[in-house]
Amino acid sequence: MRPAHFAFLVLALAGGAFALTFVDAAHLRDARAQESAVTARLVKRLGLTDPVLFTEARYTRHPTQADLQSAFQDHPVAFEHFPSGSLIPPPAGILAAYEQLDRKTAPSD
Amino acid sequence: MNSWIEKQRHLIDFTLASLARRKTKNLGLFVIYTLLVFVLASVALYTHALRFEAQKVLAGSPEIVLQRLVAGRHDLIPPGYLEKIGRIRGVQKIEGRLWGYYYDSVVKANYTFMVPRDMKIERGEIVVGPALERSRGLAAGNGISFRAYTGELHTFIVADVLPEASELMSADLVLMHEDDFRAFFKIPPGHYNDIALSVANPQEVRNVAIKLLTTLPDSRPILRDEVLRTYASIFDWREGLLLALLSAAILAFGIFAWEKAAGLSAEERREIGILKAIGWETGDVIKMKFWEGLLISLTAFFTGYTAAYAHVFHLGASLFEPVLKGWAVLYPRFSLPPHIDGLQIATLFFFTVVPYTAAVLVPIWRAATTDPDTVMRS
Repeated sequence: MRPAHFAFLVLALAGGAFALTFVDAAHLRDARAQESAVTARLVKRLGLTDPVLFTEARYTRHPTQADLQSAFQDHPVAFEHFPSGSLIPPPAGILAAYEQLDRKTAPSD
Repeated sequence: MNSWIEKQRHLIDFTLASLARRKTKNLGLFVIYTLLVFVLASVALYTHALRFEAQKVLAGSPEIVLQRLVAGRHDLIPPGYLEKIGRIRGVQKIEGRLWGYYYDSVVKANYTFMVPRDMKIERGEIVVGPALERSRGLAAGNGISFRAYTGELHTFIVADVLPEASELMSADLVLMHEDDFRAFFKIPPGHYNDIALSVANPQEVRNVAIKLLTTLPDSRPILRDEVLRTYASIFDWREGLLLALLSAAILAFGIFAWEKAAGLSAEERREIGILKAIGWETGDVIKMKFWEGLLISLTAFFTGYTAAYAHVFHLGASLFEPVLKGWAVLYPRFSLPPHIDGLQIATLFFFTVVPYTAAVLVPIWRAATTDPDTVMRS
């Protein structure tokens, strides 16, 4: 096989895979549309306002309904420390220490 | 036409042979190029799909949520507020909502306790979200106890589990009967956590919100538009944050590609000199290098993008998931439907393929237009 033909074959394969992603996206969208519809129905039915993306603290669970106040309400590992919490999870050492503390104290709110 | 195609084929043959002579360097460039496209495309695809899905499902959330603020903090809605709001023109439906948070020290996570609007739940029973089912090992028929903030232990029977398909919105929910909720949180009858309003005419939402503020000065109306905007900005912000972190890598690639493309090695210079000496025209040398740039950048773009697509929509975006989604003890499992933004992909294509192809051509054009003897001797 000529090198040029080989190059075109590789490019065609890569281009074909690129084009296939759009076909696959349409297929997946249809397949997952049912799940989206179930979620949308539940949102309407229960009147939900926020996705369950940041559940560690009350003020991050429903960011759109949040209180006008600051972080560090519960304890240092029980919140999604926005914005640094989006970069790194808490160190294992701190987590272990607070687990202990957590068992000894009453719920915070 | 045929002779033109044949000529391009020969040029590509020659280009590939030339690339193969500097195999390691070119392969390294291709791998880094592909990785860069992969990372940028992963971030773009994931964020867009998440943003789109959030906007889609939240389109059904209440048009206005009214909170009452006392000293800058939420407070319960006292009796009488619902009647006052009922007199405002344009308001179609008013519902007092009962919902709140409960911190479960067993799994160290916050749950959202809620009284559903139109779901019948018997007293002493609860309907739980799928993540709760997983973390506490619950199933329909199981019993579970929660310690209220008064110290009393309340036991509930799990009547049902919400569908897994809705996990993005319902993972941490605990739905219960109104009387159970009031008894658990000691909320007196007639009081609510907030009020959900629907407005007959969508054009009137803002006017209704203004009337609400006039009628109830201690209230804080939150519009659905604001909810949608909040999520758009949260995901934009996270995408921006990740791209800012990646900017060092993008810059490093830029320098690497420029050095590779702009700084001709002595060997490449000699090669161009020889080609010109044996009769190649400047145009041919430029075409040859154009093919080199195009083949590398196009293949890298297609490969990187396809890998990013598979990573995001088939492998759950495992590499960037914690940064883009956030992390938590109680976390939903969900598969995003792919929504691809054509403009985003076109921008990615433009900023990855075009600059490299162009950067390859400039020094070649400079070397190819000088005298072969000078090029070979320099």
